[in-house]
Amino acid sequence: MIKDITIGQYFPGRSPIHRLDPRVKILLTLGYIIILFVARNAWGLALGVVFGFGAYLISRIPLSMILKSLRPVVPIIIFTAVLNMLFVDGEPVFEWWIIQVTREGISTAVFMAVRIICLIAGTSLLTYTTSPIALTDGIERLLSPAKKLHFPVHELAMMMTIALRFIPTLIEETDKIISAQKARGADLESGGLMQRARALIPILIPLFVSSFRRADELALAMECRCYRGGEGRTRMKQLHMGAGDAAASAVVILCLAGVIAMNILL
Amino acid sequence: MNEIIQATHVYFSYDEEDALSLPVLEDVSLSVPEGQFLAVLGHNGSGKSTLAKHFNAILLPQQGRVVVAGMDTADDDRLYDIRQTVGMVFQNPDNQIVATIVEEDVAFALENMGVPPDEIRRRVDDALRAVGMYEYREHAPHQLSGGQKQRVAIAGVIAMRPRCIVLDEPTAMLDPRGRAEVMKTLRALNRDYGITVALITHYMDEAAQCDRVVVVDSGRVLMDGTPREVFRQVDRLKSVGLDVPQVTELMHQLRQAGLPVRDDVITEEECVRELEKLLG
Repeated sequence: MIKDITIGQYFPGRSPIHRLDPRVKILLTLGYIIILFVARNAWGLALGVVFGFGAYLISRIPLSMILKSLRPVVPIIIFTAVLNMLFVDGEPVFEWWIIQVTREGISTAVFMAVRIICLIAGTSLLTYTTSPIALTDGIERLLSPAKKLHFPVHELAMMMTIALRFIPTLIEETDKIISAQKARGADLESGGLMQRARALIPILIPLFVSSFRRADELALAMECRCYRGGEGRTRMKQLHMGAGDAAASAVVILCLAGVIAMNILL
Repeated sequence: MNEIIQATHVYFSYDEEDALSLPVLEDVSLSVPEGQFLAVLGHNGSGKSTLAKHFNAILLPQQGRVVVAGMDTADDDRLYDIRQTVGMVFQNPDNQIVATIVEEDVAFALENMGVPPDEIRRRVDDALRAVGMYEYREHAPHQLSGGQKQRVAIAGVIAMRPRCIVLDEPTAMLDPRGRAEVMKTLRALNRDYGITVALITHYMDEAAQCDRVVVVDSGRVLMDGTPREVFRQVDRLKSVGLDVPQVTELMHQLRQAGLPVRDDVITEEECVRELEKLLG
């Protein structure tokens, strides 16, 4: 049933990585992306791979999850690899008609593929180890300087929270509407694409109407609880950076330094 | 006694241009003393929810005035003080829970009010214990039953430490067990914390448990008194489309059949006693 859909891909746990401050985790993920893009040779990239593996091991997220996170990007990886193989000039190793594969092409292709895999695996680790709420919280606080530029940081975070809160409710409701429409003889499973798309209309319209009603009531309930925007708001849960956060940051900075050093030396 | 809510000659219509031709509330005067457990009864469209929304300045009277703990609800500067004094719980628990974790939701009002974090933590824990949901503080709302969700919503309101809570048909969407849970919680809050409770309902057995029952019909206060005083007027209640508790109904019919039983029975124990007396 639709109910079984999980939102986000959070794996609850108590590993050192789970316990990192979400702000730090977001920044370190950015740091990791930078490492991957700064690395210009195999040694630098290898360091990135080792770091990523290490992070997965510490977080105790099953390694099979890496494969799961990679599944949707497999076409992109293959596509970039093929393009790189075909269009990088250099010493030819294979020629057929107008197709020419070079040694440099192969190494670039492998390099790019590894980089993309690390990129996806690394950013997935962030969502595996951080609950959506902590993530929202972290983003809100990281972006808080943007408030000075009148960027609606609090409003965005509030919207994300409400969306997260209502996804299960709306899924449940969709289930109910589907059953109700089926009971009235709606046919959702047969016919061509157009016919099926049209069959969704009697499900989407009630869902929309009820969402508006919910929004209305929620706004009223929020007003009753003195909601007046982000101004002067406090938070129950304060984020604290601890020794773990400092250590993790140090490791990432060392990695970055190592990659830059290898770029220069090798 | 100290009046927490005082409505005097309130008129209200949703049609702003022609307010008095189709009034939802017509000359309603009502005062609620602090610490009372009040039920407002009425069938659909009687204006009972509209009346409830006047109690914490969601709606403002078009004529007349509503004073909450000495503050006029029309006074814009005191809006948040009023909302903090009179908390409100709605019918659908799903549509009033804002956060994805129970304790975060209970903290919502306090965060809005700018309470310091330590104080929020303390008050959230107190509020959750008061409604018996402390063990569920880290659950997601959608993992809870209807009655539990409604208790979380109540906790979210009492965390503000209001002097009064108004509940607009809080049990209408719940199963019998959920209804019993909510009623028990409300009675405990009223008894142990002295919180004034105004319960808008159309369940007679819930009204029978209150200190005072106000019956609203067509935007007017039709009856006002203790449950006993109100429910003994069976015919009058029926004329406005309301029922009486089953035991009261039974006694009423026995009386009509000419049997000597009391006409102000509202609890099952009283009913049993009367029947025993009757059967000798």
